[in-house]
Amino acid sequence: MAPVTVGVIIDIDEKQYPGHAGRTPVTALRNLRACVAPSEFCVITGPSGCGKTTLLNLIAGLDRDFAGVVNFEPSPAPRIGYVFQSPRLLPWRTVRDNVALVLPRNADRAALDALLTEIGLADAADAYPARLSGGMARRAALARAFAIAPDLLLMDEPFLSLDAPAAERLRRLLLRLISTRPATVLFVTHDLAEAVELADRILVLSAAPGRVVAEMPIAVPREKRRGPEILAALRAELARLAGHPIEPCTLNGAGVG
Amino acid sequence: MVGLPVSLAGRVTSLLSLLVAWEAAAWLVHSRLFPGAGAVLATLAEEAIHGDLLHQLGATLARVTIAFTLAMSIGTAIGIAMARSRTLDTLLDSGVVLLLNLPALVIAVLLYVWFGLTEAAAIGAVTLSKLPTVVVTLREGARTLDRDLGDMAKSFRLSTWRTLRHVVLPQLSPFFLIASRTGLALIWKIVLVVELLGRPDGIGYAIQVFFQLFDIRRLIAYALAFVAVVLAVEWGVLQPLERRLTRWRR
Repeated sequence: MAPVTVGVIIDIDEKQYPGHAGRTPVTALRNLRACVAPSEFCVITGPSGCGKTTLLNLIAGLDRDFAGVVNFEPSPAPRIGYVFQSPRLLPWRTVRDNVALVLPRNADRAALDALLTEIGLADAADAYPARLSGGMARRAALARAFAIAPDLLLMDEPFLSLDAPAAERLRRLLLRLISTRPATVLFVTHDLAEAVELADRILVLSAAPGRVVAEMPIAVPREKRRGPEILAALRAELARLAGHPIEPCTLNGAGVG
Repeated sequence: MVGLPVSLAGRVTSLLSLLVAWEAAAWLVHSRLFPGAGAVLATLAEEAIHGDLLHQLGATLARVTIAFTLAMSIGTAIGIAMARSRTLDTLLDSGVVLLLNLPALVIAVLLYVWFGLTEAAAIGAVTLSKLPTVVVTLREGARTLDRDLGDMAKSFRLSTWRTLRHVVLPQLSPFFLIASRTGLALIWKIVLVVELLGRPDGIGYAIQVFFQLFDIRRLIAYALAFVAVVLAVEWGVLQPLERRLTRWRR
């Protein structure tokens, strides 16, 4: 069976950005509590500016200046792969070197090349990022995150600003990668269709200061989420939930349509 | 590949026309105090084979190398540290400004007075003259470091060394190159002054001797040999290095 990944217990009392030069401080998150189960694909959505990226940064440990805790179980220090909103590749390193950068020096080169091939980067491995298309750059960022065999994947609107078919291909790729390399995923998006397509469970955040106002587990198997009716039903349900805070609900495939 | 021979031909042409103009001017002036290109080049060859030229050149180059290395490494470290720490920046800033505006000649004289006419004082004076421009340039560079890439390095738990080598230093390389360029140009000149003031060897010392003897032919020959080395470093080291460091750009 799937190896044990990592669960995340998020318990944030408050995250505030200090006001600079007389401006009032901004509270980004308040009373945000959520649990993410091991190997769960959890999508976080909400209005723009509600602190989704802030939340990922707190979980990643990039920002420790907040009241509250983020705990991981069973491993207290999981390997975290982060796919940022922009690819954040080093422009002065080739794609292969960008990915190799996050690996130990004695890492298996053949495994790295196999991963690059699987992600569709075999031909671009020796190219510098400036030569890559948006989609290829995002693949490279994905490869870097998967290269470390992450227990937890943090993804911050990773397919933003791609055209629809390219984004769709990358979502398929992501699901395929996760099926063979299990990881707990926290995926931020403001695109409900994307959320519905990917998620085991969707968390909806309120406007700033962000907290969880709705959660919706999706029990429909992924391959049955393609039809426009089911998508519309799930989206309607989500919109309803978002309007009525904290009302968990399970949707079964039979109950929709 | 195509650009190289063309630019080489251009350089050779401009160099040759300069030599011809020089020779013509010397022929017109016709004075012992303004030797022609041919006479100077003959002297240069003569001094290189039988004279002191290589010894003096070696002494000067050694000083340049040591002072350059010291100024670049210490200046880079201080510059990065000042960009990262507001306290350190406030603390050191007035010192940097002072040093930046203190003439190299003053620094050299003071160090010779305080520490004697020693090699350490000479190299220290050159290093100190160059140091503040390196600090200021690299501080500017370190202030423009990309925070997104820094966060990336942090989230993937890259070691300090890896972050420095792969993430930070490449971002600083343009600033490092600027500092090297201007630094080398500055150091060449200061080294000669320092040698002239208080060293028993080096091109600066030789120039002082030839000045006292009114031996303008040798004086120009020594200066020319020195300039040739500078050009060789510029074309042979700095420019290829720059191409290498920027080859990832489109």
